[in-house]
Amino acid sequence: MSLTPEQVKRIAHLARIEVSEAEALTTQGHLNGIFALIEQMQAVDTTGVEPMAHAQDVSQRLRTDVVSESDRRAAYQAVAPEAEAGLYLVPKVIE
Amino acid sequence: MIDKTLKQLAQALAAKEISSVELSTLFLDRIERLNPDINAFVTVDREQTLSMAAAADARIAAGTAGPLTGIPIAQKDIFCAEGWRTTCGSKMLADFVAPYNATVIEKMHRDAGLVLLGKTNMDEFAMGSSNETSFFGPVKNPWDRTRVPGGSSGGSAAAVAARLAPAATGTDTGGSIRQPAALCNLTGLKPTYGVVSRYGMIAYASSLDQGGPMGATAEDCALLLNTMAGFDVRDSTSLERPAEDYTRNLEQPLAGLRIGLPKEFFAAGCDAGVMATVQEAINEYRRLGATIVDVSLPNSHLSVPAYYVIAPAEASSNLSRFDGVRYGYRAPDYGNLDDMYMKTRAQGFGEEVKRRILIGTYVLSHGYYDAYYLQAQRIRRLIANDFVEAFKSCDVILGPTSPTTAFKLGEKSADPVQMYLSDIYTIAVNLAGLPGMALPCGFAGDLPVGLQLIGNYFDEARLLNVAHRYQQATDWHLRSPRGIE
Repeated sequence: MSLTPEQVKRIAHLARIEVSEAEALTTQGHLNGIFALIEQMQAVDTTGVEPMAHAQDVSQRLRTDVVSESDRRAAYQAVAPEAEAGLYLVPKVIE
Repeated sequence: MIDKTLKQLAQALAAKEISSVELSTLFLDRIERLNPDINAFVTVDREQTLSMAAAADARIAAGTAGPLTGIPIAQKDIFCAEGWRTTCGSKMLADFVAPYNATVIEKMHRDAGLVLLGKTNMDEFAMGSSNETSFFGPVKNPWDRTRVPGGSSGGSAAAVAARLAPAATGTDTGGSIRQPAALCNLTGLKPTYGVVSRYGMIAYASSLDQGGPMGATAEDCALLLNTMAGFDVRDSTSLERPAEDYTRNLEQPLAGLRIGLPKEFFAAGCDAGVMATVQEAINEYRRLGATIVDVSLPNSHLSVPAYYVIAPAEASSNLSRFDGVRYGYRAPDYGNLDDMYMKTRAQGFGEEVKRRILIGTYVLSHGYYDAYYLQAQRIRRLIANDFVEAFKSCDVILGPTSPTTAFKLGEKSADPVQMYLSDIYTIAVNLAGLPGMALPCGFAGDLPVGLQLIGNYFDEARLLNVAHRYQQATDWHLRSPRGIE
């Protein structure tokens, strides 16, 4: 498998990372090297093997639906790049 | 005082030979003097440290101190500490002052009364094996300042090796505690997945990440793990288990212990000097009464390929939160919302982090999920099953931690694949979720070599015992680098 610069740009767009033409070329070289390493997996027959998502076979705990945390909105919004009146500000999305 | 173990420091504090304020000042002064060259710390805050030390002294005077109250330690800059800048080694969080504490911070500092000396440098978002991907510059290995300290917990390792701190925390997703410990002549422990809470520990690959202690000795690691471990309702993968005293088995004799040597760890690919040192450690274990048995981990060569699918997949999801909206960096100039995301992430993340986000995005994308992500998870199962089989005939598994000693700064940074292969002996342990340790076992040339011990699930106390008995019989862990006076 080998990625083209167009595919690199497409993936970068999906990941919302801007890349220049020059960066796409360098990245293409690195990613193809890494995928050559990853391809070793394809030689292994894993038919019937259950995928392992997690180190421990435990199920998610449930808790009762009650308030357990105090309101710390002001402290959390104080670290935002732009916040006003309890809201996070971003560029206008609806014309 | 700087060469004392945690136990000796605790005795000195209890006997009023020194106060916590004096001890903390001693280390802060060393950081001020030696850190500009070594670059192990990214944030030091003398005022906050000394105020914690004064509070610890008050606890000691009032008789309400715990076993480690008043001892200063360093925290890897991946743990959120309220009021402390918490950067994770990234431009993305270069100015982020955490508004809350990680559970590890609460347990170690608020509950146990340890003093926080500062936050240590690390590979950006814990992605790296040399500490060269940090936005704050590389860390130098105190044993040879032209070489890397390992990574991603390289700042923690260098800090303890240069005695800028008596001990530190690290996190280990693919070897990030064990490999830097090995390269800097320290003892480090990655616990069983789920033993130490991940709440407030900035996520890289959530199914693999685990925090743990790094120190001079196994006993220090056991004492620190006592303060770090425990169930946490705030971490959905934290395990509900009774509390343990990890020092309880330290002194047990090793007669009858079965040590498994995986033949795959002793094949080609390991530096000859490292291998000779590890062989000598095996002889020492024989003298201590252990039985050596051969075991096999037939799928271990697939651990690096599987890891570089699973970890980037989880990272691409975890790091989607850094979008310039709620915290962290935002690009200064942008057009619409999408443009703001794209520029913020292009400018805020470094090269290695972007690479792993792209790999993760690709392997999770439509049409590739089965071939890469599910195949990697199936191989993960095969790797975990290999360990189950191996532990039927041995109690612990032993091998090298890293295939080489510390390499030169810049030597591998241009070639990601070469860098990834420096974790060939450590990654399988994270995929399986097992506990693993690194400990000093000698030198190849002038550089330290780290032995790796791997235990069965929840067998930390036994691992610490096996490491401690070795440290009673050898003095490799007591060696210090030159030039740190």
